[in-house]
Amino acid sequence: MPETVKLLVNGVSVEMPVGSMVSAAILKTGTFAFRRSATGEPRGPLCGMGICFECRVTIDGEQHCRSCQTVCKDGMDVRTDG
Amino acid sequence: MTSKTYDVVIIGAGIVGSACAAECVREGLSVAIIEAGIIGGGATAAGMGHLVVMDDSEAQFALTRYSQQLWDELSDQLPREVEHDACGTIWIAADDGEMAGALRKQKFYAERGVQTEILDAHSLAEAEPNLRQGLIGGLRVPGDSVIYPPCAVQFFVDEALAKGARLFLGKAVERVTADGVRLRDGTSISAGVIVNSAGSWSPLLTPGLDVKKRKGHLVITDRYPGFLRHQLVELGYSKSAHSVTADSVAFNIQPRKTGQLLIGSSRQYGVDDSHVDTSILTRMLDRAIEYLPGLRNLSSLRTWTGFRAATPDKLPLIGPHAEHKRLYLATGHEGLGITTSLGTAKLLVAQIMNRATAIPVAPYLPARLAQEPMHA
Amino acid sequence: MGDAHHVCDVLVVGAGPAGLAAAWRAAQSGLRVVVVDDNPTAGGQIWRGRSPDARVWFERVRDIRMICGARVFHQPEPRTLLAETRDGVCELSFATLVLATGARERFLPFPGWTLPNVMGAGGLQALVKTGLPIEGKRVVAAGSGPLLLAVATYLRKRGAQVLLIAEQASSARLARFVAGAVGKMSQAFDLKRQLRGVPYRSGCWVVEAKGHEKLESVTLVRGRKRWQVACDYLACGFHLVPNVELAELLGCVVENGSVRVDDFQQTTVSNVYSAGETTGIGGLELSLIEGEIAGLAAGGKHEIARELFPARAKERKFAELLDHTFALREELKQLAQPQTIVCRCEDVTFERLREHDSWRAAKLQTRCGMGPCQGRVCGGAVEFLFGWKAESVRPPILPVKIDSLLGHGFSRIEADQ
Repeated sequence: MPETVKLLVNGVSVEMPVGSMVSAAILKTGTFAFRRSATGEPRGPLCGMGICFECRVTIDGEQHCRSCQTVCKDGMDVRTDG
Repeated sequence: MTSKTYDVVIIGAGIVGSACAAECVREGLSVAIIEAGIIGGGATAAGMGHLVVMDDSEAQFALTRYSQQLWDELSDQLPREVEHDACGTIWIAADDGEMAGALRKQKFYAERGVQTEILDAHSLAEAEPNLRQGLIGGLRVPGDSVIYPPCAVQFFVDEALAKGARLFLGKAVERVTADGVRLRDGTSISAGVIVNSAGSWSPLLTPGLDVKKRKGHLVITDRYPGFLRHQLVELGYSKSAHSVTADSVAFNIQPRKTGQLLIGSSRQYGVDDSHVDTSILTRMLDRAIEYLPGLRNLSSLRTWTGFRAATPDKLPLIGPHAEHKRLYLATGHEGLGITTSLGTAKLLVAQIMNRATAIPVAPYLPARLAQEPMHA
Repeated sequence: MGDAHHVCDVLVVGAGPAGLAAAWRAAQSGLRVVVVDDNPTAGGQIWRGRSPDARVWFERVRDIRMICGARVFHQPEPRTLLAETRDGVCELSFATLVLATGARERFLPFPGWTLPNVMGAGGLQALVKTGLPIEGKRVVAAGSGPLLLAVATYLRKRGAQVLLIAEQASSARLARFVAGAVGKMSQAFDLKRQLRGVPYRSGCWVVEAKGHEKLESVTLVRGRKRWQVACDYLACGFHLVPNVELAELLGCVVENGSVRVDDFQQTTVSNVYSAGETTGIGGLELSLIEGEIAGLAAGGKHEIARELFPARAKERKFAELLDHTFALREELKQLAQPQTIVCRCEDVTFERLREHDSWRAAKLQTRCGMGPCQGRVCGGAVEFLFGWKAESVRPPILPVKIDSLLGHGFSRIEADQ
């Protein structure tokens, strides 16, 4: 049973322990701006529990996914909009 | 307790009432605005903010066209929060019958100086790539635009206040009196003219007024910039708007400047509660998905309802009450209140000042509904 | 399409301590129990990532059906809830409901709080628990509440350099807290030991977060002292507020921001119980006891439930102490500056909000609270700053796909005995 998964964050490969959230993977690549706010401010995760919606990114083509509530999977394609 | 006498007291600070208030102060009239809730909190808050020209009748066209021109003149002055966006409308034809309707519409508008463009299937798909395959085409009306109505109401109210109007906020009118209004808290306000612009509440203040509530539903999505460029309406929309008894839905969707999509529309008569009705919502969304299949996977943030004020002949009431000497009506705008608020204000004030109106006012006079049918 | 229909006797919403305790007790009575939770795994916040401390509890609920990654968004008819999952919509039919929806952090706006790497205290902890490397990173913990200590301890254990803990409560209040929290002294001593060397400053708070594109330093005040600390992360939260949206949707009476319950944890809606932080912030032990009482009551075991009343009373005293100790001081109302963003979803500034005298007017004119968080982040702030209370909720109580709003046909799954 593998202990890590490999996913892509903005085209860069990241290895994370099984069970990690996509938000952690994004931060691990040194990307801290996940998205831009209504007036263009860079934003990253705030609440870590799925209620603030600041951690939204595009995962496998689907927009507005809460990265802090999405488990990393092998081959996932994550795009930030920061 | 009696306060000063105003030239005009306006009941209801929705889009119509506030536009009337702004127009009155421009004429140098002293104005009191009475609002029971918050400004723009009625149908205005549930409206789509679509500034649209319509062709269901000459009278409807005249009023929407006149109003649209007034909005165009105003657009430079509107604050950023009003989010005025000249995105245009595309009326969608799903079959040949509707396409024939599009061509009739184009002719009607062309004869009256409104520029439009017929789109075939290919150019429709280019204009709006997220529409489903198989649609026949449509009619693009570039002169239509979109605003965020509550902020427009604030803009009008601010203008009125700056020019000396008085706002009675959070005050309900108990009844219209011979020379003004009496508030529920006992205050009497006397005025030369009383304007009932209370939307779906207007029959409560003017008994016998043939204005009925017509409930609508809306859904708003998260931001998807670029998903839609124009306001899209199905050409079958008129069927929904015309039905007087049946519950109906029609495809009507708007891109906001924020990139959010505002989805409508539904119409229900005789329903008084404001709960979101899951079955009507489903019908409305199913209809929208028929045109925009990609809508299914978009994130929806909120659903809500509102009550339009509907008259029997689909035209608003703008003008003097048949009996009450001082009472004027500015209500019954159904789904066109945002657009026609400006034209309404002009027509109302012209009548108050006993001046000629820019367009014929007869179709909107309240007296028309009180008339006995003419016999040969 | 992935839609499912689960039928059970007791549906528990929330798989944190209260929810698991309720599920365990209800299942002991032989009832069919299903637990549903928005998070990808069970444990709620405090036991995120299947914390080893909770092992005994996870053992107890091993055979109970858990539906994780499911967000409850609507009640289409009585005794039915809809939850959205990655695959579609889950229809949950039940006779009795237990709401254990927990709490969220209260955020107060201050200049720079929207910078990346400024997070909630629980927020940063959650991120580290789910894979964020924190070793060697400089962290300032600020705000209010015992959560700050728990978070600082955890982060330190994971190798973070915790530079400072800034607690807004005064030293006088904290002293009374320590005196009053007699039963928790062993926990307190343990935390103190683990946090040796980390300055803990009372009457202290962050007034500004600075940085270009992300956090670089924070400015703190304490009395007349004002100083800057360079750091990588700011873990900042002002205690907790209960998640009452689902309770409100169901028509349960909510008082002072928490769900009202009777002695048996029953809400004002007869087949709906509630337990844990949702009924008032009180910590782990209280959540477990309340959960057990709710589960026992749901299973008709009122006499056994009664046996837990004294323990609950004791823990409720602690809850009152928490409320009092960590109440927000008035000075925090000065944190927000005119240009400070209060609503992060719509970027509405403090000065724009100040123009209005009601929440309804502010929402309509500025769209504050109309974004995806549905007022969960700004709500605590506007209540503190303006006294505005949240309004009635409408479905969906969390954003869901348009597809999930449509009526569905379902395949039924009976919950295992």
